Amino acid sequence: MKAFLKTAVTAGTLIVAAMGAAGAETIKVGIAAEPYPPFASPDASGKWQGWEVEMAMAICEEAKLDCVITPVAWDGIIPALLTKKIDMITASMSITEDRKKTIDFSDKYYNTPTVVLGSRDVEMDATPEGMKGKVLGVQVSTVHQVYAKKHFADTAAEIKEYQTQDEANQDLAAGRIDATQADSIAMETFAASDTGKACCEIKGKVADDIEVLGPGVGVGLRKDDTELKEKINTAIKGIRENGKYDAISKEYFNFDIYGG
Amino acid sequence: MAETAVQTFRITPEKNGATQTRRLAPHRIVLALIGLGLVAAAIYFLRWDWLPDYYDLILQGLWRTIWILVVTCILGFLLAVPLGLAQAAGPKIVAVPARIFCTVIRGTPLLLQLWLLYYGLGSLFPQYPWIRGSELWPYLRQAWPYAVLALTLSYAGYEGEVMRGAFAGVPKGQLEAARAFGMRRFTIFRRIWLPQAIHRALPTLAGEAVLQLKATPLVATITVVDLYAVASRVRQDTFITYEPLLLLAAGYLVITGVIVFLFRRLEGLIPSKLG
Amino acid sequence: MLELLSPVPPGWGGNLLRGLAHSLQIAFGAFSLGLVIGTFGAYGKLYGGPVIRDITAIYTTIVRAVPELVLILIIYYAGTDLINHILEAMGYARIDISGLVAGIVVLGFVQGAYATEVLRGAIKSIPQGEIEAARAFGMSPGVMMRRITLPAMLPHALPGLANLWLIATKDTALLAVVGFSELTLETRQAAGATKAYFLFYMAAGLLYLLVTLTSSAIIGRVERWARRGMPSVKEA
Repeated sequence: MKAFLKTAVTAGTLIVAAMGAAGAETIKVGIAAEPYPPFASPDASGKWQGWEVEMAMAICEEAKLDCVITPVAWDGIIPALLTKKIDMITASMSITEDRKKTIDFSDKYYNTPTVVLGSRDVEMDATPEGMKGKVLGVQVSTVHQVYAKKHFADTAAEIKEYQTQDEANQDLAAGRIDATQADSIAMETFAASDTGKACCEIKGKVADDIEVLGPGVGVGLRKDDTELKEKINTAIKGIRENGKYDAISKEYFNFDIYGG
Repeated sequence: MAETAVQTFRITPEKNGATQTRRLAPHRIVLALIGLGLVAAAIYFLRWDWLPDYYDLILQGLWRTIWILVVTCILGFLLAVPLGLAQAAGPKIVAVPARIFCTVIRGTPLLLQLWLLYYGLGSLFPQYPWIRGSELWPYLRQAWPYAVLALTLSYAGYEGEVMRGAFAGVPKGQLEAARAFGMRRFTIFRRIWLPQAIHRALPTLAGEAVLQLKATPLVATITVVDLYAVASRVRQDTFITYEPLLLLAAGYLVITGVIVFLFRRLEGLIPSKLG
Repeated sequence: MLELLSPVPPGWGGNLLRGLAHSLQIAFGAFSLGLVIGTFGAYGKLYGGPVIRDITAIYTTIVRAVPELVLILIIYYAGTDLINHILEAMGYARIDISGLVAGIVVLGFVQGAYATEVLRGAIKSIPQGEIEAARAFGMSPGVMMRRITLPAMLPHALPGLANLWLIATKDTALLAVVGFSELTLETRQAAGATKAYFLFYMAAGLLYLLVTLTSSAIIGRVERWARRGMPSVKEA
């Protein structure tokens, strides 16, 4: 029994030591584990790709950081950052005042309008009146959820919350909800897909509300990580200036994703 | 494979055999004080200022959790009786499908079953316009019918296995005696076989109900707003990680306590002398 | 449609199999850890002092009453945070606990509570005389455990342990909520990327079922071996 205990303790120490060694020096870039094309989605070989993944790697390269992409469930992405499971978030996370109470953000690296995607069979638009009696789906812990609750809760029949935007799209295609609200690029990509073409169309942009929607999407960081924040801000500026940002964006979009 | 059939874990206070400790031994007082201290520390040091804002939502979530639990347990049990009977005494043509059903349900994760029903089946519906035109569609487009269906089937699968053992375990002599009295087959089933089988399965029911309670949070992944989903929303709205989870754990502990208590009362009501 | 399941890209079969391998790894690790905790727990419950007995009772009661999903979230976030706080307080560097290790620890902790109950029941079902006889022969506790207690309790413990193993394989699916890429999350990603939801959920279901059926077959053999020489039990 004693010998057994001894081995167990040694093995335990070894595991802890090994884990400690593995975690040094690299910056873990958290992305949402749920596919969000064209920003981030895994291909069949399990490799993550998309505009945001490329952009994150470009930022890292510019800042001379050794980065690894680490998928984390969207639902737990902020706790993961706070408990240092990841060091930064590049998961299309909008900069908002609410989030700033808990985490810090870099400067924005893109900003796109918010649109409502609705079923072809349903007549509606992206205003509180147009939403009357409709079932709207949004992804939890997004600015869209907050926006929908603030502007559409009074008129919409129901606001359903999904763990991922992908599931909301799926339920829209299945006819379980009448519309979903999200970032215009993700919505346009879905609307252009086979499933999307068959069921849905863009119903319009929502009225801006800077208080909720924020100035754009930034890299999420821990509050005490000012050194990393500065590095990343410089890197974002760097790739904006040296043309790398545009080179990557051109492969995905035919307009300026950085926004005004 | 009969031996590895479902085994349920009963949550009952353990009898410590010969050295039964007294109710309030000194160390228990110390343990209780430590426990109270932890609770007090949790209340004092952690953030609870969000509670008033979510009070209504929490109650709604609690109600939905209990509602789903009760409905699926009752429906599941009603389904488990024929499943158990088919396996224990039915002809092959019903025994084999029942067997397969129980194996499949118990052999795959509930989370996967739930997603298969909701997203998998749901993605097939749009291909058939007549489904969307039917009167059932207003129900089919909501999430709770899928949650109830998945949890009911799951409960039926596990409890069906228990009922199989319970039906098989009723002594043959009882049934033979009933037949000798000239009872009709259905009367035998209703008066002798079923009550005794249920009585045998009763101790497992509390355990199964607790397991079912523990399965209910999964419905939050298909947009049903139960107690767990409310806690998730608090976490996401406020970015407070631990407090809602702790409250959640406490909530489930209390519900478990209530379930165990109710079933013990129920068992106490039924005279326990088996032939 | 079925070419989506091909094991080499662009098929997603390889991802599912990789996820399955991860799931099995975690299930195996968690089950083993659960056995270790369960052994200590069972001994604590049976032979420990009043304090240890109460603590093990609290452990098994809480773990068996709170949903695994909630426990996983609490332990996954709070647990690793706590460990790192303690390590930092003691002057060590933070450690990075991988999803694999965290998953094993979390599920092992849950499994341990159930294993405690299974093993306790099994040990209690050994006739008292056998243990007394072993003591009378002057066997040391270690030898007695190896030669008498373990082999004698094995047939009683096996059905419960087999059940625990099956629960472990299925509970790995819950780690999908913390973003660990086991079979269920891989399935979800594949389904989301290809929109072939039904196909992939069915395929994953079959894989899980295959694991269950294979395990059951192996367990059946082990059980027959462990029960050799004992009268066959008909289920009550």
